[in-house]
Amino acid sequence: MTALLNIKALNAYYGQVQALHGLEFSLNEGSVTTLLGANGAGKTTTLRAICNMVRTTGAVEFDGAPLSSRSTENIVRLGIAHVPQGRGTFTTVTVEENLQLGAITRSKAGIAADIERMYVHFPVLKQRRGQQAGTLSGGEQQMLAVARALMLRPRLMLLDEPSFGLAPLIVRDLFKILGKINREDKVTILVVEQNAQLALEIADHAYVIETGRIVMSGKAGEIADNEDIRKSYLGY
Amino acid sequence: MDLFVNQILAGIATGAIYGCMALALVMIYQAIDNLNFAQGEMAMFSTFVSWQLMQWGLPYWGAFVITLVLSFVGGVVIERALFKPLAKAPILTNVAGFIALFSILNSSAGLIWDFTIKEYPTPFGSAPFLGSQLISTHQAGMIGVTVLLLIALYVFFRFTRIGLAMRAAASVPESARLVGINTSWMIALGWGMAAAIGSIAGMLIAPVVFLEPNMMGGVLIYGFAAAVLGGLNSPFGAVIGGFLVGIFENLAGTYIPGVGNELKLPIALALIVTVLVVKPAGLFGRPIVKRV
Amino acid sequence: MAAVQEVVTEAPAIDAVPKRAMTLSAGTTLIMLALLLLVPLFVKNFIIFQLTMLLVYGLAVLALNILTGGSGQFSLGQSAFYAVGAYTSAILIENAGMNYALTLPVAGFVCFLFGFLFGLPALRLSGVYLALATFALATAMPQILKLGYFEAWTGGVQGLVVTKPDTPDIVQTVLAWFHLKMSQDMWFYYFALAVTIAIYILSVNLLRSRSGRAFMAIRDNEIAASAMGVDVALYKTLAFGVSAAITGIAGGLGAIAVQFVAPDGYTITLAISLFLGMVVGGVGWLPGSIVGSAFIIFVPNIAEGISKGLSGAVFGVILFIVIFLVPHGARQVAMVAQHLLGRLKKR
Repeated sequence: MTALLNIKALNAYYGQVQALHGLEFSLNEGSVTTLLGANGAGKTTTLRAICNMVRTTGAVEFDGAPLSSRSTENIVRLGIAHVPQGRGTFTTVTVEENLQLGAITRSKAGIAADIERMYVHFPVLKQRRGQQAGTLSGGEQQMLAVARALMLRPRLMLLDEPSFGLAPLIVRDLFKILGKINREDKVTILVVEQNAQLALEIADHAYVIETGRIVMSGKAGEIADNEDIRKSYLGY
Repeated sequence: MDLFVNQILAGIATGAIYGCMALALVMIYQAIDNLNFAQGEMAMFSTFVSWQLMQWGLPYWGAFVITLVLSFVGGVVIERALFKPLAKAPILTNVAGFIALFSILNSSAGLIWDFTIKEYPTPFGSAPFLGSQLISTHQAGMIGVTVLLLIALYVFFRFTRIGLAMRAAASVPESARLVGINTSWMIALGWGMAAAIGSIAGMLIAPVVFLEPNMMGGVLIYGFAAAVLGGLNSPFGAVIGGFLVGIFENLAGTYIPGVGNELKLPIALALIVTVLVVKPAGLFGRPIVKRV
Repeated sequence: MAAVQEVVTEAPAIDAVPKRAMTLSAGTTLIMLALLLLVPLFVKNFIIFQLTMLLVYGLAVLALNILTGGSGQFSLGQSAFYAVGAYTSAILIENAGMNYALTLPVAGFVCFLFGFLFGLPALRLSGVYLALATFALATAMPQILKLGYFEAWTGGVQGLVVTKPDTPDIVQTVLAWFHLKMSQDMWFYYFALAVTIAIYILSVNLLRSRSGRAFMAIRDNEIAASAMGVDVALYKTLAFGVSAAITGIAGGLGAIAVQFVAPDGYTITLAISLFLGMVVGGVGWLPGSIVGSAFIIFVPNIAEGISKGLSGAVFGVILFIVIFLVPHGARQVAMVAQHLLGRLKKR
């Protein structure tokens, strides 16, 4: 297996404050990887750094191409879909328009068919297709955010705390769908989560991040089975 | 009764211009959350350009179309050169930039074309419209062009992908970038469209107020009033606001004793302040929630 | 629709202004004062008149600076307050025969009320909306002044001629002992200087007082200020009132100096000039007001000398240059100069 995303010596800064310190990791094509850690550890920053939404130094390579000199929108055009924290719903347009926006960089062909596929994955969105997206519930908006990201036909999908603020049952559904997308559409997934237990269930590989540094890495199953790691870093 | 209908129709006609102006203001407000105080001067400058083209012998509609294109390009260039670098600056800096642009355009129009009042042609003629004494063909033309413009904009924003992208960029810029939209260029596009729409307003009102560097002062204030009344984030509301303000202006001028031509600007002022205080979101706008 | 709301993070109204930097050091103040006192003795009457206008516009820019630099509120409508002050003085002098010096506090008071009343609805407006409301006020003002109702007092479109005050007899008598005479222009200059210095000192103290700190708290974060117990509504309208009052006094002085008031002297152009003066002088830096004032008096003179109507373009271009290169205006230049001087001294 080849690495789809390769990160070397990645530092990130907010103003004068350094938030990431020499991060190194890689994602294998077709894998599900999870980045775990406490609040403020730098998980969100890592995702933002990949998309060049914060000031960074170091190297991020996607499929062999360096990303650091590209703007966020150009990185997205390479096939990296980012589901941001807080979902980033376009509240003032309809659900269906949100899905169309996900595919805005693609040519028109196949968009209508992809929207229908999303309605199969997320039937609730079909019921709400003509509704203003801002009127959706939190869970529905999260579904919409994932569906919108998939409309890009991404090769890599970055998810920032998809479980945040959702009822446990909905979270379970969502992760089931994520697993299915990974298997069926061959989308590589990097998911940042505080809900470590759930993330480890679908992930192949896991990294634990603390104060901007990777402190642990391994197969998801091994990390889940290691009681010491669980107790000291993952809190369950 | 005839007088009343007459005033309403005349109000709708001038209101059409206010609506165009308001539409231009809303376009930029949507893109950058800021009011372009130089919008009127941009429109005035465009109108002078069209006048110059006609002086050089171009037919009206030829000059009209070329002016539209030039204004669009001009709007984009102004944004790229002067306002893009100010995107992250405080509001005051942006307001100062608009004021500077206002000053430059007003003054250079005077320098190039001098400050004397010029006649400006109308393509619609000024005969009574359909034989009616109520409105002239030019007034009917103003209404017609505004309505066409509104329909065109509606189709553009509702049914084209670039229109959708512009709406998305205006509503949640960060998410827009995350789906691959170049938000910075969407803003430039908004400026270009605003400049073009403003030029239409200028070219339509010029036969009525005559062409001179200060011709848009009053129109801009009424455009502001219309935009505020309709809601600053609603293009549809802006045009309706324009019609309402136009009607209100004419009726107040006719039926409230003492309110002649000389009180028209104070009326616009009162209207702006009242709407901002009583219903800041306007009739058709969405309320804005501030994040602390 | 109600569920769909836009959430925006409000950009700060202006860049934060360091509190210490709001005034000048003692040495510089003395030099300035000496210049202002001595220069008129050696120049022609017309230049003295221009220096008087320098003080007048300096006061008006200072007033705007208190509003914007102090409390973070915008106004593009200062010309309206200036006009009200000017007309109040002119009407009282010409129609009521009042002494010119006594008309100034009245002008200030009338403008305070006017500013306070305008500030009440403006309270609910922030940032660009306030700029809009005041912009509309400035645009509408000349029309209000031309109104037929007030023509008996305002002189309508024609305006009013104001008599130039004579140098008081007592001053002339004292000077006569030294075989000296003082022209009307020079007398009025020193009168304006006294008023300006008094208001400057009051303003500096105002900004250093409890109220001044309240203004700045509102400027930097309105919500936090109200959470700390600052009566935001009161202080915002108060800032408007104080600013309008000072502008009104400046307007009164200006009317007497120019000896004429007319509606078209107080258009949006004046408001723009004052705004420009504030930005050039440095927002929130009170001594910069005089620099800004010098700028808006002398630059148009030079520009109009080159071509009629050029001054607007020059203003605009310079404004852009200031925004892009020295966003803190004269204060920034002064600080750089101070820094360079410090380096020279070390050598």
